[in-house]
Amino acid sequence: MAALINVPAKAKRGEIIEIRTLTSHIMETGFRHTADGKLVPRDIITSFACRYNGIEIFRADLFPAIAANPYLSFFTVARESGKFEFEWIGDNGYSSTASASITVE
Amino acid sequence: MPTTRRQFLRLAGGVTVAGTMPIVTLRPIEATPAMLNTAIRNVVGEAQIRNGKVKLDIPPLVENGNTVPMTVSVASPMTADDHVKSIHVFNEKNPQPNIGNFHLGPSSGRAEVSTRIRLADTQKVVAIARLSDDTFWQVAADVVVTLAACTEEMN
Repeated sequence: MAALINVPAKAKRGEIIEIRTLTSHIMETGFRHTADGKLVPRDIITSFACRYNGIEIFRADLFPAIAANPYLSFFTVARESGKFEFEWIGDNGYSSTASASITVE
Repeated sequence: MPTTRRQFLRLAGGVTVAGTMPIVTLRPIEATPAMLNTAIRNVVGEAQIRNGKVKLDIPPLVENGNTVPMTVSVASPMTADDHVKSIHVFNEKNPQPNIGNFHLGPSSGRAEVSTRIRLADTQKVVAIARLSDDTFWQVAADVVVTLAACTEEMN
């Protein structure tokens, strides 16, 4: 559930800003075995999306090759004040959300 | 009791053997270059893939394949007429050839994505960008991995 979001609190209109996100998740690959030979079932985040005032600005499909506690950083143009909403969706009905606000001058 | 030379050597030898074991047992389950090509064709289709425009920042030598920082950037003005639609990252020898698909648009401002990935072996990582005119551009990087990820035993 826990997520770390890094979005600048303030930006100039038209400025390109970096958004960094980190969420806690095991990202179990589904390729590992226990010591007694049983396959550990896959449990990963499969999809991430970021919306800026309701409009999707970034989306990612994730695979087992993404490290545990997925970190993603990407860019967007600060066009208006408002809210970024983040959503992670994964195996076994996993879903987690976070948000951050920005003031654009 | 002080450690004798014989005991020390036996212990050191044991550590070395245990340390190299996982790498050896990993070999059978891995994607092949053919799987990599199939995965790339699933995304690209029949289109031609050109070299250039894409930059892949990844360390050439990593000690721990469980978390490898990676940045992909594409030279693009990111305007409505000329922007990067998506970035796709693949590997050659993990159990599965896909790493991630990243969808961008003109509102991204800059075509750059960073994440942390897993690498199960010393291998090639390929990044492909799809531009708004539906051309594909690629770059590949070789990474040497000393401790593999993905398939090790759970303790």
